[in-house]
Amino acid sequence: MFKSLLDIQNLSVDEIRLIMTKAEEMKKDIDGDTLDVAALRGKNIVTLFYENSTRTRTSFENAGKFLGANVTNISIANSSVQKGESLIDTGKTLDALSTHLIVIRHSASGAAKLLSDNVEAKVINAGDGMHEHPTQALLDMFTVLLHYRKFEGLKIAIFGDIKHSRVARSNIWGFSKMGAEVTVYGPSTLLPDGIDKMPCKVARSVQDAMKGADAVMGLRIQLERQQKGLFPSISEYKKYFAVTDAAIKSAKPNAIVMHPGPVNRNVEMTSDIIDGARSVINEQVSNGQAVRMALLKMMLAGA
Amino acid sequence: MSENKIIENRTLVLIKNALLDGEKRDLFIENGRIKKIAKKIVEPNIAALLEQPDLIRTEVIDAGGKLTLLPAFVDIHAHLREPGFEGKEDIKTGLEAAVNGGYAAVCCMPNTNPVIDNEYIIRYICDRANSLNLAKLYPIGAITRGMDGQLLADFGKMRDAGAVAVSDDGKPVANANMMRLAMEYAKDFDMPVTSHCEDISLVDEGVANEGYHATLSGLKGITRAAEEVNVAREIVLADALNTGVHIAHVSTKGAARLVRDAKRSGIRVTAETCPHYFAATDKLILNYDTNAKVNPPLRTEEDRLAIIEALKDGTIDAIATDHAPHQKSDKACEFNFAANGISGIETAYALSYTYLVKSGAITLKKLSELMTDNPAKIFKLEAGKLEAGALANLVLVDNSAEYKIDKNKFLSKGKNTPFHGLTVTGQVVYTIVAGKIVKRNGVVAGHE
Repeated sequence: MFKSLLDIQNLSVDEIRLIMTKAEEMKKDIDGDTLDVAALRGKNIVTLFYENSTRTRTSFENAGKFLGANVTNISIANSSVQKGESLIDTGKTLDALSTHLIVIRHSASGAAKLLSDNVEAKVINAGDGMHEHPTQALLDMFTVLLHYRKFEGLKIAIFGDIKHSRVARSNIWGFSKMGAEVTVYGPSTLLPDGIDKMPCKVARSVQDAMKGADAVMGLRIQLERQQKGLFPSISEYKKYFAVTDAAIKSAKPNAIVMHPGPVNRNVEMTSDIIDGARSVINEQVSNGQAVRMALLKMMLAGA
Repeated sequence: MSENKIIENRTLVLIKNALLDGEKRDLFIENGRIKKIAKKIVEPNIAALLEQPDLIRTEVIDAGGKLTLLPAFVDIHAHLREPGFEGKEDIKTGLEAAVNGGYAAVCCMPNTNPVIDNEYIIRYICDRANSLNLAKLYPIGAITRGMDGQLLADFGKMRDAGAVAVSDDGKPVANANMMRLAMEYAKDFDMPVTSHCEDISLVDEGVANEGYHATLSGLKGITRAAEEVNVAREIVLADALNTGVHIAHVSTKGAARLVRDAKRSGIRVTAETCPHYFAATDKLILNYDTNAKVNPPLRTEEDRLAIIEALKDGTIDAIATDHAPHQKSDKACEFNFAANGISGIETAYALSYTYLVKSGAITLKKLSELMTDNPAKIFKLEAGKLEAGALANLVLVDNSAEYKIDKNKFLSKGKNTPFHGLTVTGQVVYTIVAGKIVKRNGVVAGHE
C-alpha cells in the first residue's frame, strides 16, 4: 500500500479501517499462536531514533522480529544532529545498506517527511517533533475499537500538554475522521494557537471536558515545561488540570482511561486512576505491538 | 581606469518608443544623466552636440512601444554575504542578481563574517563593488561591534568610509538602553537607524508564525507580538529622543497599525516590507518547504492583506527585498535547523507588480515610489528620476510578460525561493546604472 506512513492527517477513512482490520487479524494470530513468523523474512528494517524511547522502539523492534525481519537499531544522540551527518545523507546510507523500511523518531517536525522524500526505503514516522505520532494514534484507536466495536458517536477527551503533543494531534485527526468527537483540555499555555480550527472541541474546565466521555486520555507532562514557566507548579497543575478520581466522575461510568506513556504518576494522572479498573494503559502497549506488526506486514509484504 | 571611465560616462544612450506614464517617449542619456525626454529625439542630432564624437558610442534601445520606463529600483535591505559567507553569495553575484532584478542601488546588511562594524570593511566593500560596474553598493554598518549588542560601532568613521545607515539586522539590539544610545548617537552623524524588530525572548525558539498552520505542522510558533513589541519600543524611543527610526520588514497587521498610529502622531518613523509578506502566507510551511522559512516568518492571509493596505495608505514607505541567499545545504535539512531567508532580489519586481499593481491594489506610479523614490529618501541616496538632469538609473520593464519564476535562472548563488514555478507578470528587460546598460534585452553584462 502506501510508501510511507507519515501522519494520520492524510490517511483516508478506508485506510484507517483497513489498518484496524489487519491489526485485529494480527492480534488473533498472536493470541492463537498462528503467526506467520517468516512473513518478513529477508526484509531489513532500521529503527532510526534521534530521541530517547523505550516502548516505541522496542515495540517496532519486536514487531519486525516476530515476523522474521532483520531489525537494526540506530540511536543518535540529539545533540549531535546539527553537527553530524545530515538526515538526508544518513537516509541515503541506509538505502545503500539495502534497507527496506526505516522507522524514524526525530525531535524536528517534518523530519519523517524529509527522510521519506529523499530515500528509496519506506518510512514510518514514530514521532516527529510536535507534529504527529501516527502509530500511537492507530494503537489508541484500535484499543478504543476493541472496547466499543465502533467509533461513531464516541466522546474522546484528551488532557494535558496539547501544544507540544504529537500524540494529541494524531489522535485528533484519527478519531475525528472515524466519527468520534474529540475534546481537548489543558492550561492555555499548553494549548496551541489555532487548535479551535482543528477537528476538536476545546473545553473550558476539567468537568466540561470529562462530561460524557467514553475514553479519557492523559498526556505526559514534561517536567521541564514547568521550569520554562508554562505552568506554576506540579501541585497547581494537579489541582486544576489532572485526571483524578474526582474529575473522572463527570465521564461515563464505564469510560476507559488511556495514556501513551511513560506516565508521571500523580502528575497528569493519579495512581488510583492509572492502576484502576478503567485503565487500559497496558492493553494499549500490547495492542501497539499488533498494530505495528500489521503495518509492517502491509507495507513490506503487501498483505 | 580613468580613461575607461570617461568613455563609459560619455557613452550615449537613446531609448526610443518607451512607455512613460502610458505615453510613447524617447529619452536620451549623456554623461550618466538624462539629457532630454521628448516625444521624438532624432539620433544624428546627438552626435552633433558633442565635442569629441570619436570617443563616443551611441547605444540605441528601441522599446517598441511595449516596454515601460521606470527609475531603477533601490533596495535598502539586502544580504550580499561577503565577506565570510561566499558560498551563499558574494558581492559580484549579488550585484549581478541586483541588476537582473532591476536594481541600480543596493544597501547591504552587516551580518557578515567579520561583521561590517568598522571603516575598513566598509571601504573594502565599496571598493569591491565599484570595480564591478554593476549596481551601486551602499554598505550598512553595524550598530554594535560584532553585532553583539554590547558596544556601539564607530558610526562616524563608517559614515565617512561610505556607510549609509546602521543596523544590527538579524541580531537585533535586545537591550533597550543600547538602542536608545544608538538612536541618539546616530543623530550626530545623520545616520538612519534600521531596526529589525524581534524580541528574542518572545520568539522562544519558534520557527514559523504562531497559528493554525504552525499548529498543524507541529512547528514551534513565533507570536506576532515578538515583532510588534519591538516596533512599539523603537517608536517610543524615536518619540522620546525626537529622532527618526526605520522599521525593517514589517510583516504583521499589528506592526503596521503601530507604524500608522505613530505617523499620525507625528513621530518620525519609516517602514519597509518585502514582497514575500504581500505575496505569500504561512500556508507554505505546511509541507515543510524550508525555502519558505524566513525571519520574520510568513504570516497569515489577514496580515498579508493588512500589509497591502499599509502600502496603499502610505503607512509602509518602501519595498525592500531582504535578499537572503543561502546555499543548498543550508536549506536541505529539517525545517527547525534550516537557515532563514529568501533569495528575493530577482523576483521583487515581478511579485510586486503581480500582487500589487495587476491585482489593482496600487498604481504602477505608486509601486515606483515604493521601490525607488521612498527607499532612496529614507537613506538619503540619489535615485533615478524620469526628468532631465536626473541620474540615469533606469529600467525598462515588460508589464505584459507572463512567465513562471525559475530559480535556476537566478544569477544569485542563492536559489532559495518559495516562488519557484509561480506564474507572475512583469519582467525587467533593461537595467541602466548611471547611463551604463548593465542588463540588455534580458541579459546581464558578462552573461551574454
